[in-house]
Parts: sequence; C-alpha cells; structure tokens
Amino acid sequence: MISACPARARGDWDGTAAILARGADAIVEEMKASGLRGRGGAGFPTGMKWSFMPKQESERPHYLVVNADESEPGTCKDRDILRHDPHKLVEGCLIASFAMRAHACYIYVRGEFFNEASNLQIAIDEAYAAGLIGKNACGSGWDFDLYVHRGAGAYICGEETALLESLEGKKGMPRLKPPFPAAVGLYGCPTTVNNVESIAVAPTILRRGAAWFSALGRPKNSGTKLFCISGHVNKPCNVEEELGIPLRDLIDTYAGGVRGGWDNLLAVIPGGASVPVLPKSICDTVLMDFDSLREQRSGLGTAAVIVMDKSTDIVKAIARLSAFYKHESCGQCTPCREGTGWMMRVMNRMVQGRAELDEIDTLEQVTRQVEGHTICALGDAAAWPIQGLIRHFRPVMEERIAQYKAGRASRPMPLAAE
Amino acid sequence: MAEHSDSATAETFEQPTEFAFDSASRAEMATILAKYPAGRQASGVLPLLYVVQRQMKRATGSAWVPRVAMDAVARELGMPPIRVYEVATFYLMYNTKPVGKYHLQLCTTTPCWLRGSDEVVAACRKATGIKGWHETSDDGLFTMTEVECVGACVNAPILQVNDDFYEDMDAALTAELIAALRRGEPPPRGSMTGRLNSAPAGGPTTLTTLDSHPAE
Repeated sequence: MISACPARARGDWDGTAAILARGADAIVEEMKASGLRGRGGAGFPTGMKWSFMPKQESERPHYLVVNADESEPGTCKDRDILRHDPHKLVEGCLIASFAMRAHACYIYVRGEFFNEASNLQIAIDEAYAAGLIGKNACGSGWDFDLYVHRGAGAYICGEETALLESLEGKKGMPRLKPPFPAAVGLYGCPTTVNNVESIAVAPTILRRGAAWFSALGRPKNSGTKLFCISGHVNKPCNVEEELGIPLRDLIDTYAGGVRGGWDNLLAVIPGGASVPVLPKSICDTVLMDFDSLREQRSGLGTAAVIVMDKSTDIVKAIARLSAFYKHESCGQCTPCREGTGWMMRVMNRMVQGRAELDEIDTLEQVTRQVEGHTICALGDAAAWPIQGLIRHFRPVMEERIAQYKAGRASRPMPLAAE
Repeated sequence: MAEHSDSATAETFEQPTEFAFDSASRAEMATILAKYPAGRQASGVLPLLYVVQRQMKRATGSAWVPRVAMDAVARELGMPPIRVYEVATFYLMYNTKPVGKYHLQLCTTTPCWLRGSDEVVAACRKATGIKGWHETSDDGLFTMTEVECVGACVNAPILQVNDDFYEDMDAALTAELIAALRRGEPPPRGSMTGRLNSAPAGGPTTLTTLDSHPAE
C-alpha cells in the first residue's frame, strides 16, 4: 500500500492536493520563479515552456508528454528516477498536467529500459490504487490518466517532435517547427514535452518554494542537477549536486578522482556526447552549469560527464561518436544524412592519420555546413564533438597524419570522402 | 539507416506463412490499445510489434517479428502494411530475422569503449564462436548485435542480454556470464561486480544518513 511506500516516507505525495488547490496559473508562476531550466539538454526555462500552453481547454485536449528516451551517450540519470524514484515522476506528471490543463500524460521510455519501464508501471498502478491519480486525482476534482509508452531503439526519438511522431505510431522523424508542440503536438493537440528530471523535481520545488530552489546553484543556473560521471574515473557514479559545482570537485568528491590522479586527465566531455570536449586546462577550473560551460564553447547538456585520461586515443573517442550520430541519423535531411556519414568516414581516416593536413580544415568546414542546416539538432550534435576536437586537439590530429605519412611515404593519399 | 552493416553474411531463414495472436497476446493488446484515444490506435504499432516479438519468443524460443506478423498488426490496427513495415525496420529493437535464445547486445559507444567494451566483445566472440555482427551461434543459443549507447554509462561496459542489462563487465565476467547462460542459469541482472546500482563502488557517498526504510 502506498502509505507504507518508501517514496512517501521521503516526502513524495505530501500535500499534493494543496499544491493543486493553488491553481494552474499559480503553479506555473512558481515554476517560473524557481528558475528551473529544462534538464533534457537544451536548458529552456521549464515554467516558461508550461506557460506556452493555451490557457483554456478547447475541443482539442491538452497533453503532457514526458521524454524518458534518455539516449545521449554518457547519460543515465533518468534511468535512476524511473527505476528507483518513480513516484517523484508520477506526482510531477499529475501536477504539471494539471498546470497545463492536460487530463492525460504519456511517458515515452526508451525501449532498452524494459525493467525501468516495468518499475515505473508499478508506481503508476500504486498511484491509481491509492487514488492519487485517475478520477478525481488526490481528491482535487481533476481527472488524470498516466500511460507508459515504450520506444524501440532510436536515439532520434529523444527529439521532441520525433518522439511525438513515434508516439503516434510512425517512424521517428522530426517535424518542422513552427507549429510548435504547444500549438500542434500529439494528435494535433496542444502538447508540452518535458524531460523526466524536470518533471520529477517539480513537486519538490512547489513544496519547498521557488526561493529555496533558486537559492541553490548560481544565478540563472539554479537548483540541483543529476550528474552522470563515466569513463576514466576510479568510481563512476550518478550523483545529485548543486549546479555550478567545479568539475574537478565533482569528479574528486564523488567519483573517486581521475584514474591515475588529476594530472593524468586528458579531456572531459562535460554534458553528453554532443557537447564539445574540453581539455584539462579548462577542466581545472570550469564550473558545471549552463552558462559557465557555454562560455567555454561547450555545454551542460544532460550533465553527463565523460572523463578521459591520458591513455585515451582522443581522435578515436570522437570518431566513435561520429559513428553513433551517423547510425542514429533518421535520414530525413540531406546535410545530416550525407554529412554524418561523410564526417564519420573522414574521422575514421583521421584515427589512422590517413589524410592530408588541409583535410582538417575541410572537415571543420563541413561540420559548419551540417550545423544549423537540418530540421532538428542531430546535425548540430554530430558536428560539435568534431569541432571541439579540432579546436583543442588539432596538434594530435596533425601528429597522427605526420606519423602515417612517415610510415607510408610513397603511397598516394586518398581524397576527402573516398 | 538503422542497420550496422559490419557483417556481410547472407543468412538464410524461413519466413513463416501464418501468424495469429495467441490468448496471452490478446490480453496484452487489450490493455495496450486502451491507452490511446479513439481513432488513434496507430499509436499501438510499437507496443504490438513487441507483443509479436514476445509471442514468437514463447512459441519458438526466438524473439523476432516475421513479415506475416507485421501484416497481422496492420490488420489489427487498420493500417496499410507498409506503415508497419517501415516502423518495424526503422527501430533497431525489432528483430526482422530470428535471433538466438540469448540475444547479446553489446554497447560499444564511447563511454563503454573507454571502460573496455572491446574486451567484452572479444570475450563474447571467444565464448560463443560468433565472428560477425547479427550472427547466431551454430547451437542457436546466442546472437551478437552491436548496439549504440544503452543509457547506463556509469556502469559501463554494458552487455544487454534479451531485456536485461549486465553491468560493469570485463572479459572474465563476460566468460562467466556466457557459461551461466549456456547452463540455462542467467544470473540476476545489474552490476556484475556487486556494486549497488549506479552508486560508486564501495557504497554511496551522499545521503548516507538517510533511513530509506523507516519503521512503519
């Protein structure tokens, strides 16, 4: 029974009816005041996103869709919410849906998270049985239904409009915007798509108040964040910390430090595969929040910290990401469909050094041709890691090319995308 | 663009000539289709393809989606068959040809690669005798598929077997796992080094004073 549920002991479902009684507009205003920025990668203010939904219900129902298609390499934070703290998400879905006048919410869970989706479903069933959701949820008079929908292995479905296409039973190909989902979303109805972590933190913000949340972190980068620390650290882990924590403190305090010590650090990808890599010199001092990382021409993304020590072949590490984006391109836009494959093939040659020096510039230029020229951000995501590599590790690439040339002095060089 | 094309082997397999949903599948389908509004039953195509895959697993031991089953899904949902085919081939998790009893899905994306996924791949090949990707061992027990990031990176490298993640793998643990599967004794899913979920090895460093199971 829910009363014995550890989630309740941790404070979930405490006074939910009173939160709903404040009214939809007051909830949205509180969320705006909290400064919460979307935790899925883009960092768009959550309260503002909620305010884009129509203020009145029409004949078209409103929907909340929760993006649990967590697939950005390095990222595994939502997984822990789904499997170990699902009631935070379920309660958040009710409150957010109420605030956006939605009677139904779908949680789109990536297909690989079979067991996680099963745990989430148990929490949903518990919440129904306890009257927390369903007809007259929490006694509020609001009817609310919550459904889990599983994806089936397509990174692109983490893009919000591709996710909606997939939820409608189609291939996950992103839609042109505008119209934005708040106007024309799921089934052509007003829809908001939010990340799991954004929705799961909402009830706590509303219970403790916007001032509490915005006092954490740094200005315009408020609150706590789940960090996923993977790669060459002694103790990889997930941890929740305040935004703005120095990267070095995060790694040393929670992940047991870099393998072989901080001086053995080569580079860190600070926010999931798509954000540009940072060399040690920047990692020494950079703070982990949206604006600090943007100043370093990288990004907080999903706060998935991928650590690489000096044993790493950095060119190969990035080339593997190029292969990832090539594999996951939906094929709809030409610059991405062709560009991701082209970039991957050139990156694979760069790993060997089987290239001309000026091809580094050609590669950089091609990333600029892909970036910003596609319907969704997958093209950008494929371009940025390579741009980061060239920006910070160009000498490594040049040395690789020189070594290859020295080894095979007599062979003719192949051209760009052979 | 969903297929890894590393393997050039042209495996031959037979497409069954008929498919009918069994009673267990029918029960699942009723629950699934109740989730979507009237007239939006096409939303059920992904879940129904899973229903097919699970039924094939029950019936034949191999979790896959034959062409006739795609047609059955199309009829069930009132969709043109091509709409189901394109979904079934777009999403990587639908196997459009038979797979072994244990579908070994190996993540090799950068976070897993940094932690030694090459070693895990090599250990799988050695233990199963499988050379390429998408190939099934001669005894029909194992199929090896390279997958992209499965989203458990702090527990890298990951070896997903059917629906379960085996985490914090290395060569020796992989060999042990394959041997256990061969005996028909899959170990409990999760970290194979015994650590608690995604907490750091040696135990949590935060919330250490929290009593997660207070007296009722």
